[in-house]
Amino acid sequence: MTMAKVLLIDDESGFLEVLSKRLETRNLSIVTALSGEAGLKALGKDHALDVVILDVKMPGLDGIQTLQMIKKDFPLVEVIMLTGHATVETAIEGMKLGAFDYLMKPCDIDLLVQKVQEAKEKKAKHEEKIVQAQLKEITSRMA
Amino acid sequence: MAKCSVIQGEAQRQQADKRLEYAKFRRAMTLVVTAVSMTPLLLLSAVLYFSYHAVYEGKVFDHLEAVVERHALAIDEFLFERRQNVRMQVDSYTYEQLRDESLLNDRLRKMQSNYSNDYVDLGLVDEKGLQPAYAGPFRLLQADYGAAPWFRQAIAEDRFISDVFSGIRGTPHFIVTARGRKTGGEAFILRATIDFAHFNERVRQIRMGTTGLAFLVNRQGEFQTNLRPDETVDHAALAELAARDFSKSLPAHLEKANPQNQTMIYVAYPLKMKDWILVFQQEKHEAFSHLYNAQLISVSVLLLGGLAIVGTALALIRRMVQRISAAEQDQEVLQKQVVETGKLAAIGELAAGIAHEINNPLAIMVEHAGWIDDLMKGENTSGMKNFQEMQNSLKEIEIQGRRCKEITHKLLSFARRTDSRVQETQLNDLMQEVAGVSAQKARYGNTIIRLDLDPDLPTVHISPTEMQQVLLNLVNNAIDAMNKPEGVIVMRSHRDGPWVVLEVEDNGQGIPQANMPRIFEPFFTTKPVGKGTGLGLSICYGIIDKSGGTISVDSTPGQGTAFTVRLPATLPGSTAETQQPESIPNKGDDI
Repeated sequence: MTMAKVLLIDDESGFLEVLSKRLETRNLSIVTALSGEAGLKALGKDHALDVVILDVKMPGLDGIQTLQMIKKDFPLVEVIMLTGHATVETAIEGMKLGAFDYLMKPCDIDLLVQKVQEAKEKKAKHEEKIVQAQLKEITSRMA
Repeated sequence: MAKCSVIQGEAQRQQADKRLEYAKFRRAMTLVVTAVSMTPLLLLSAVLYFSYHAVYEGKVFDHLEAVVERHALAIDEFLFERRQNVRMQVDSYTYEQLRDESLLNDRLRKMQSNYSNDYVDLGLVDEKGLQPAYAGPFRLLQADYGAAPWFRQAIAEDRFISDVFSGIRGTPHFIVTARGRKTGGEAFILRATIDFAHFNERVRQIRMGTTGLAFLVNRQGEFQTNLRPDETVDHAALAELAARDFSKSLPAHLEKANPQNQTMIYVAYPLKMKDWILVFQQEKHEAFSHLYNAQLISVSVLLLGGLAIVGTALALIRRMVQRISAAEQDQEVLQKQVVETGKLAAIGELAAGIAHEINNPLAIMVEHAGWIDDLMKGENTSGMKNFQEMQNSLKEIEIQGRRCKEITHKLLSFARRTDSRVQETQLNDLMQEVAGVSAQKARYGNTIIRLDLDPDLPTVHISPTEMQQVLLNLVNNAIDAMNKPEGVIVMRSHRDGPWVVLEVEDNGQGIPQANMPRIFEPFFTTKPVGKGTGLGLSICYGIIDKSGGTISVDSTPGQGTAFTVRLPATLPGSTAETQQPESIPNKGDDI
């Protein structure tokens, strides 16, 4: 049983490859995408994805735009921003738009895993709340 | 080092060129100003001088001519009277009567008492020149004047006045004669001798000043009156005057240098039917002494005025040139600053570009190292003989990777700042914060941080995050610069007109003079490798410069360093855009 199902979006395939291997050894299930567009497609295909690790700077859809679309189409999925710049501004903007957290590249693997866990927990709690609410609604309707 | 000295030589040459140019400019300006102010003055002076001179000279001559004319007429009158007196005797008495010496004596006495005692003697001379009757103090009875030049003229004319001559008696005199006829028809003359001394005195009375004197000459230039021994007359001038034809303009004047090289003026007036000339002479210098005095005063005033004008022009131009030179220097400094800022910005951008490009491969490298680490953990490593070595190497890769990351992050923040939103910021709060944050680090270095804050400090329109970065950098540098146990860092704030001034002063080792020009350059560091990136101060510079302020440094090696940050204060009720001071004050130690 994996801890969480993670979508890794980055335009650098070298980075994507090694990071996905490392995360997999840490008990995470990884799906990769080389661009924002591919990432959105993957999210559409696989509804089991819990967390997205998103690079801020990419050709095509950039991190912020991709984040906005993820939040629009898949509001429950948590996003962790990964930035190559020391641009806290972008990170802050991302957080305002609903990102869970941000990390600066190159990042400490354990810290990243920790953040993923937290994101997954948050998502799980959120989902649970939704389930609870739905249950409540059903029970109240039955009553 | 060699290149440096070449550049210095070049700068010196340029400076010398500039000085030369200023000197040229100053000379040209002085020339123009002097010429423009002096030319009208000189022209005016010249015109006034010449017209005044001409008018005054004319007046002086007019005056002298009038005086000489008056005297000449008086002398003429005197001679005429004498002639009339003698004439009357001839008309009143016959030759025979006049031969009677008692009558002659009687007549002489009468003439002396009735007219004047000018008359010395009376003599009756017949047509042959013999004197048959004589009345007077000399023994001249039967004297023979037949050969005397005056006699031939006198016998030929109805009346006659001779030149002055010594004659038989041996003293200078002149005679007045009137011709009569004997009953037989032969001519005879009655002659009267006029006292020369007396006559002489009349002319000698005409005096002016100390050098003005008058005398009579005949047309041959011979003196008819005498001169005192100390008085000299230039005979060349006299000859020139005697040769004058007085028919056109009656009084004549002449200006001539005498052999003693004094310019003399002469005024001459003819008398005695133009036989004689009354000449007045005076040293020109004395005659025109008033004019010369006036000229002296005028020239002195002109000279002094000219000197004043030239002096003022020189002083004014010197001041002007100094101002221009100062302004030019200011401009140069400003230009240097602009160039410096541009250079820093360009370097910053370049650095950011490099950092960004390096960051991604770096991330991959670090991840791969981590991956190997991960893989090794999964292997059975007990059989590997170099396992520990590999582990160490991986660790090192990770550590160095982290260092690289730090550098790239700082480089990136140098170009694109973190949270750069500006807001009204109370810098005192930031100073306290930074002092608090750094206190721990400072304590390890046996350094204390003192705060000296102005409680009425105005706010500044700036990004607090960036400002914090600046202050942290300065304080960290100060702590690092401490090389003695009693390190003191003072953080000061105060207001200076439209500026908020912050100072971070330490008593550490100071900055060597050679490093001063470079301390704000990116990558310039004196810290050991791995300890400093050389970006701190250039980031500070960028932030302060962007905020419209200045950062300067003042350092004495061995005694300490003081960084001064000046930022435009927010004035109450105004926005940051409108209240920025117009110019950045230049401090000598500005970089």
